[in-house]
Amino acid sequence: MKKPNDIILHAVTKVAVPIILAFSFHLFFSGHHNPGGGFIGGLAIASALTLLFLAFDIETVRANIGVDFKVVAAIGVLLAVLTGVGSFFFDAPFLSHTFDYFNLPIFGKTELATAVLFDIGVALAVIGTSVTTILSISEDR
Amino acid sequence: MVELILMSSLFLLILSILLTLYRVIKGPSMPDRVQALDAIGINLLAGVAIFAVLLRTSAFLEIILLIGILSFVGTVAFARFIERGVVIERKPAD
Repeated sequence: MKKPNDIILHAVTKVAVPIILAFSFHLFFSGHHNPGGGFIGGLAIASALTLLFLAFDIETVRANIGVDFKVVAAIGVLLAVLTGVGSFFFDAPFLSHTFDYFNLPIFGKTELATAVLFDIGVALAVIGTSVTTILSISEDR
Repeated sequence: MVELILMSSLFLLILSILLTLYRVIKGPSMPDRVQALDAIGINLLAGVAIFAVLLRTSAFLEIILLIGILSFVGTVAFARFIERGVVIERKPAD
């Protein structure tokens, strides 16, 4: 039997994965004023990781991305809870959020909201859950 | 006038989705069905684009890219399953 040769799939994946990751970061950061947000951004990142797992194999991707995705999901939930707890230190109810305008070096006047921290937690939980599900289904056949 | 053109192109897209659905149901082999599903995804993407123009909104433009990405990933997964019998491999191929 001839050895399978996936060179076209590998080349397309190497070009497409950075584009999908950039698009998912755009979706994540546009969530405050436009359609998007933590959930769909995390799902787009998970689809990029799924494409990597499809084109290559589990051991190659694990050797290059040394992240345990169960830990990623746990860190996401912990971050989302801690942003809620953090509002206690400012005499505010649970999950109160605030925002302010800052002058950043490159971006100029930018609105920074603490809701982004909660959204990062949501995105990490979604990435960890979906990738863990896909990997644990494909583990044994 | 523009609205008439958009509506008629939406109608043609729906017609082509229905004709491709016939291939999904009737297709003799598995690759026929997979390719028909990919074509349905692309028709759906074009339909969302025309719908966004019709409603004069730019809120659906992310959905177009997202349908493209998901359709590509799904088609690659089906192709791997048909070719190798397994979607995600454990070890390197050689």
